[in-house]
Amino acid sequence: MKFAVIVFPGSNCDLDMYHAVKDELGAEAEYVWHEETSLAGFDGVLLPGGFSYGDYLRTGAIARFSPIMNAVKQAAEEGKPVLGVCNGFQILLEAGLLPGAMLRNEKLKFICAPVKLVVENTGTPFTAAYDDGQEITIPVAHGEGNYFCDEATLKQLKDNKQIVFTYKNNINGSVANIAGITNKAGNVLGMMPHPERAVDQLLGSKDGLALFQSILSHWREKNAITS
Amino acid sequence: MYEVKVFVTLKEAVLDPQGSAVKNSLHHLGYEGVEDVRIGKVLTLRIDSSADKVEAVVQEMCEKLLANTVIEDYRYEIEEVVTS
Amino acid sequence: MQLLREPSPQQIKDGRIYAEMGLTDDEFALIENTLGRLPNYTETGLFSVMWSEHCSYKNSKVLLKKFPVSGEKVLQGPGEGAGIIDIGDGQAVVFKIESHNHPSAIEPYQGAATGVGGIIRDVFSMGARPVALLNSLRFGELTTPRVKYLFEEVVAGIAGYGNCIGIPTVGGEVQFDPCYEGNPLVNAMCVGLIDHQDIQKGQAKGVGNSVIYVGASTGRDGIHGATFASEELSEASEAKRPAVQVGDPFMEKLLLEACLEVIQSDALVGIQDMGAAGLTSSSAEMASKAGSGIEMDLDKVPQREKGMTAYEMMLSESQERMLLVVQTGREQEIIDVFERWGLEATVVGRVTEDKKLRLLHQGEVVADVPVDALAEEAPVYHKPSTEPALYREFQALPTYRPEIGNPGDVLKQLLQQPTIASKEWVYNQYDYMVRTNTVVSPGSDAAVLRIRGTEKALAMTTDCNSRYLYLDPYIGGQLAIAEAARNLICSGAKPLGVTDCLNYGNPEKPEIFWQLEKSTDGLSEACEKLETPVIGGNVSLYNETNGEAVYPTPVIGMVGLIEHVDHITRQQFQNEGDAVYLVGEAGDDFGGSELQKMLEGTISGKAPALDLDVEKRRQEEVLTAIQNGTVASAHDLAEGGFLVALAECTFGTPFGADVRLPGEAAVKELFAETPSRYLLTVKEEKRAAFEALVPEARFVGSVTKEPVLTVKDEAGQPVVQEQVKTLEDTWRGAVACLLKSKA
Repeated sequence: MKFAVIVFPGSNCDLDMYHAVKDELGAEAEYVWHEETSLAGFDGVLLPGGFSYGDYLRTGAIARFSPIMNAVKQAAEEGKPVLGVCNGFQILLEAGLLPGAMLRNEKLKFICAPVKLVVENTGTPFTAAYDDGQEITIPVAHGEGNYFCDEATLKQLKDNKQIVFTYKNNINGSVANIAGITNKAGNVLGMMPHPERAVDQLLGSKDGLALFQSILSHWREKNAITS
Repeated sequence: MYEVKVFVTLKEAVLDPQGSAVKNSLHHLGYEGVEDVRIGKVLTLRIDSSADKVEAVVQEMCEKLLANTVIEDYRYEIEEVVTS
Repeated sequence: MQLLREPSPQQIKDGRIYAEMGLTDDEFALIENTLGRLPNYTETGLFSVMWSEHCSYKNSKVLLKKFPVSGEKVLQGPGEGAGIIDIGDGQAVVFKIESHNHPSAIEPYQGAATGVGGIIRDVFSMGARPVALLNSLRFGELTTPRVKYLFEEVVAGIAGYGNCIGIPTVGGEVQFDPCYEGNPLVNAMCVGLIDHQDIQKGQAKGVGNSVIYVGASTGRDGIHGATFASEELSEASEAKRPAVQVGDPFMEKLLLEACLEVIQSDALVGIQDMGAAGLTSSSAEMASKAGSGIEMDLDKVPQREKGMTAYEMMLSESQERMLLVVQTGREQEIIDVFERWGLEATVVGRVTEDKKLRLLHQGEVVADVPVDALAEEAPVYHKPSTEPALYREFQALPTYRPEIGNPGDVLKQLLQQPTIASKEWVYNQYDYMVRTNTVVSPGSDAAVLRIRGTEKALAMTTDCNSRYLYLDPYIGGQLAIAEAARNLICSGAKPLGVTDCLNYGNPEKPEIFWQLEKSTDGLSEACEKLETPVIGGNVSLYNETNGEAVYPTPVIGMVGLIEHVDHITRQQFQNEGDAVYLVGEAGDDFGGSELQKMLEGTISGKAPALDLDVEKRRQEEVLTAIQNGTVASAHDLAEGGFLVALAECTFGTPFGADVRLPGEAAVKELFAETPSRYLLTVKEEKRAAFEALVPEARFVGSVTKEPVLTVKDEAGQPVVQEQVKTLEDTWRGAVACLLKSKA
């Protein structure tokens, strides 16, 4: 399986994502500069964290217009797994690939800390390797991770089981403790916590690795069926 | 040439923690009468356009990039300026 | 038009306009003599910034010469953007610390942010990939709204810049003392990694080569920042201050990536950051170091504001700018790289052979001065030095022996002192994990980062207990080095070298110069003894508010090498049942202690004495014991002494401790700040091996399953018995609590 790690000007977790996939998961990975227009040949797309374009207007607002984003949309429509972490999640929201928007953390401070998450839905290509309701420890590092959506959207998210991860203790004011959501089809996941930072016990937690393993297993099963 | 001021603020239904912090601070300073503070941003643009098009262009820019209408409202003021 | 506003050379002399720029009469005479004529306004400006303390070290140079700066592993000592030390396998570590005190006192967010930006440029201008940031901060007591504001904004500024550019802020220290109330200290350190073949120099070699300007355009911000940094803060500084520089971490991220790409090209000859004194220092220093000259056409300098004069462009301290020297004919290759990153690169001049800095503006030569006169030949002063009466008073005082009530209550109080309390409130705002190498995150003795692709790791710390230096700058200087080294040792690292940031008051006062003199003596001796050469640093003088100086504060940034990630050791207890050992005897060392400060509200007496031979021996023994795998956890005893250290070892763990101390387990055993001491834990089966390696270690008790801290006297009577949770909550919440409380 080959992953594209999209690099926007100001991305800074691209390296972490790359190493998580390549060194810890053992899959292929390649950086793709935001000015590229095609994602042909890639089986999955990773939008890393960082501060694309300095996040100067709104987080993710400028990056969504990068040339590569059309290819990302296309990959999503084709059912390929698309994972946006932190700034990547914010970009997916701005691009309309996921519903809702991000606000500044309730306490107005950047938060960097390992936090406890609850796995709410194991029926996605990203979470099959977890148990329902499992508690995992994954670091967060964000200033604007306060997820917002209106009541109607929240109801849809709940009805469609699109809420995949919640914070055990709400750290940033997010609606319904939301830490990560998918699109309706389930193949686009956006999450504020950084699974790519939790793939090596030396750095404190390996709880994020199962997310990448889930993607890989799902891809293998799918390919075994279709081929 | 037009000078356009775009005002972007959080929608009323959306909590504005920055605004609340400023309000509290003003109360501490003795300005008890302050009932609400909302923080937003002002973008000043200079646009070369024509009278019949400028508003549509500004509207489009707001919808597309300058505001995120999931959480933000916007309004704008357009003023024609004479260039020397 | 613009030039008409500037005074003529004669007016500059007659009206002593140079004095407003910070030059003395003698210095102006020296300039006149060097040039053989009167300098014009622009030239006077060039000299004033280059001869400021900030750029020339004219008041501290004689003292800095004492530092040991070489060693077999030192690849680059002081003089370049940052020092470099070999770590084997063709790799090296690059690091430097720098102050941004005065800008932070005026505009704390941007002052701190641009301080971080500047130190990062120093490191990547050497060709290194920055891998970690640290800082060292000093504020007044957290009791006034102004201090709280400065503290919150400085932390936010550091976070804002470091988080955005994506370099983890992995460590640091924060201390609070009334002497820093009007003049906070904001020192930022950056650590980078480099392959030997990539090491760059800031040199303008090769006559005819092109001088290229890259990065942000030049505005009027920060003009005379270097001079501003070399004066005392006063009521008048508010008005006199230069336009605040605003940091743009996004621009710097692009600049960083582009520069690291460019250094792979052999078309690049030299590269230097435009830091203090901006275009002036970068061009003059690059030419001076290479024995060449530079001619620049200022009309080509990208400008953010209209109608800027030569003087303004040369003295601007706009951020995120670099100056490159590139082989003639190959400029486009370099320009293309920057363009790909969305950055503008412009040829603004060329290297000449006449050793002069010549500036053209609107078709006229506006400055023509020898580069060596600007860079190398700045005057050097040896200021008069006088032993302060206060020092003699402190030395004459009888030994301070505090009287305390219940030791458990004293412990709880100590844990709430902001200098001891958890700094979580601070470091949880820093992204300390980005780039996924951080093995030991903030909150332990030192931060540890693995070196990807190897078995090795780097440990790093910043340290300085300025209270000791205030009592005795010589001993205090030694203690600062020793403590930094101990922190690295506890992490399993061998200390490699030092970068120092010397924060002092006005050196023109003989008592202040004496502090500088004595403390650099102490620092030098300790560095020599502990084999940690000083590979670079920064001097920040004139840290005074309305005539009151800060404590002498030579902040030590130290980096060490961990041979194998298996040696990485933390301060937290690891296993129930592990044996607790104490290395070192307590003495009556309470001068400048946290306990003295807490009980008396002030500090006095003698600083704790340090025996460098003992210090060195214990460091070697403890490190060997760690490297041999016999040590489960290691913590050095610092502020608050034994009991605070013991409590800290339990925080963040499910464990407690049960220890027994000799005699009556008196106040000395519990709270003295005698240096060169460690608290180590050892697994039962490793005890014999450990004791053979650290014969001085005394077994004092064990790590318990119950989260209770119990200290007994020799007879077995409990002296302290506290729930760890109570202690930990107190310690964790103290800083946030102080910030919330109304003054």
